[in-house]
Amino acid sequence: MNRHLLSASDLSLEDATLILDTAAEMATVKDRTVKKLPTLRGRTVVNLFFEDSTRTKTSFELAAKRLSADVINFAAKGSSVSKGETLKDTALTLEAMGTDAVVIRHSWSGAPVNLARIVRGSVVNAGDGTHEHPTQALLDAYTMREKLGRLEGLKVTIVGDILHSRVARSNVLLLRTLGADVTLVAPPTLLPVGVDAWPAEVSYDLDAVLPKSDVVMMLRVQRERMGAAYFPSAREYSRRYGLDVDRVRNLQDHAIVMHPGPMVRGMEIASEVADGLRSTIQDQVSNGVSVRMAVLYLLLGGSQSAIGSE
Amino acid sequence: MTSAPRPVTGDPSSARSVLDAAALARVVDRMAHEVLEKTGGASDVVLLGIPTRGVHLARRLAARIEAFEGRPVPSGSLDTTLYRDDLRLKSPRALETTDLPVDGIDGKLVVLVDDVLFSGRTVRAALDALADLGRPRVVQLAVLVDRGHRELPIRADYVGKNVPTSLRETIHVQMSEIDGADGVLLGPAGGPA
Repeated sequence: MNRHLLSASDLSLEDATLILDTAAEMATVKDRTVKKLPTLRGRTVVNLFFEDSTRTKTSFELAAKRLSADVINFAAKGSSVSKGETLKDTALTLEAMGTDAVVIRHSWSGAPVNLARIVRGSVVNAGDGTHEHPTQALLDAYTMREKLGRLEGLKVTIVGDILHSRVARSNVLLLRTLGADVTLVAPPTLLPVGVDAWPAEVSYDLDAVLPKSDVVMMLRVQRERMGAAYFPSAREYSRRYGLDVDRVRNLQDHAIVMHPGPMVRGMEIASEVADGLRSTIQDQVSNGVSVRMAVLYLLLGGSQSAIGSE
Repeated sequence: MTSAPRPVTGDPSSARSVLDAAALARVVDRMAHEVLEKTGGASDVVLLGIPTRGVHLARRLAARIEAFEGRPVPSGSLDTTLYRDDLRLKSPRALETTDLPVDGIDGKLVVLVDDVLFSGRTVRAALDALADLGRPRVVQLAVLVDRGHRELPIRADYVGKNVPTSLRETIHVQMSEIDGADGVLLGPAGGPA
């Protein structure tokens, strides 16, 4: 039976550690003259992106290509989806062409889970609605481990639009598995219902949390998912929850600043901070390729998957 | 084939010692001399061990060559996992480290080092991996034990000991860095091949 990566909660501590260790070896490929491994030769990976994405799609494409898989990029625009084809029919069509894995990004929470019930190949969730984005959480954990040397006991603060953030949800689940302590900071209107049940602390006061943090992860305010006003004005949001130069001065010396991108400079993060020495934003992008190579190898490289859910 | 840590299976008392610690040390000394002889002083030699025990063997060979000639010989490790031809036959394995000397392998005489030469498939994977990492001037192969049963046209340039085996027997190379003691054991027939 094929296995999938649908949620960060699919991963045990052993699975997650195996992915991060494998990614560390995959990372050496980008320094070589021949940036390619023969491992997934003859396998086909479909990038099925129903939602706009630059970095995740490119990252998955590059990861699959560096492992010598054949990659088909499928964007919803200009496809039969705009003629009314359902997700199920699209998936079955692609499968009939003999694909081994589907990487899916969709605006519906749960679309990858549905897809996993339909197709025989492996399904990798590349972000579904406001639900999950497990490979982003993995690359964030990889970056933290690379910069700070450990994950166990790290104090990670995630700031911003938790309500709409699949990155936050996946990070909370994965970091919990890996032994880090997560604090969520947001205005009450941008916290999801039932956040008390998440394995994380909640605070409304960014300035109180910053001096204790090893990692500060800023999230974009996802205006495209907002029907109504969740806060009075962008300026007020930025003043209370934005990471500016003054706030960064209150961080510990070793603390790092992360952002999953795309970021809105001047809103949740000041330009000086995004480009500053503590910022790992570029590292996150390049680590994303290594982590996705590790995931694809562990899902597709053998007779059966080494990670993920049934 | 030989890189993963293996517990001795079956009845350990029926495993026969092929090399004890002292004999293994003498074999490594002889192989170091042979490398020096055959490469005319090992001036551009790079020793690349195949994980896990091959890496330790490469380090020991490098240390002995340095002791004999007074000149350091670079050594490193070369993981072959992602180049194996049997990847699809089992669950994906964890990767080992690939760690090349800082000067790289271009134009060098690379000696691949492994503990046991069996089917030759690991060496084939190593040759493919090498080709993606650079272009050595010459590639040679050094193994502690050649147990026969080649499935590919591959032979070793330096052999510590030839041990004729049946396919059902097992060879356990033990190195103190991993196993706590040095030695080579020939396991009983019926163990995993």
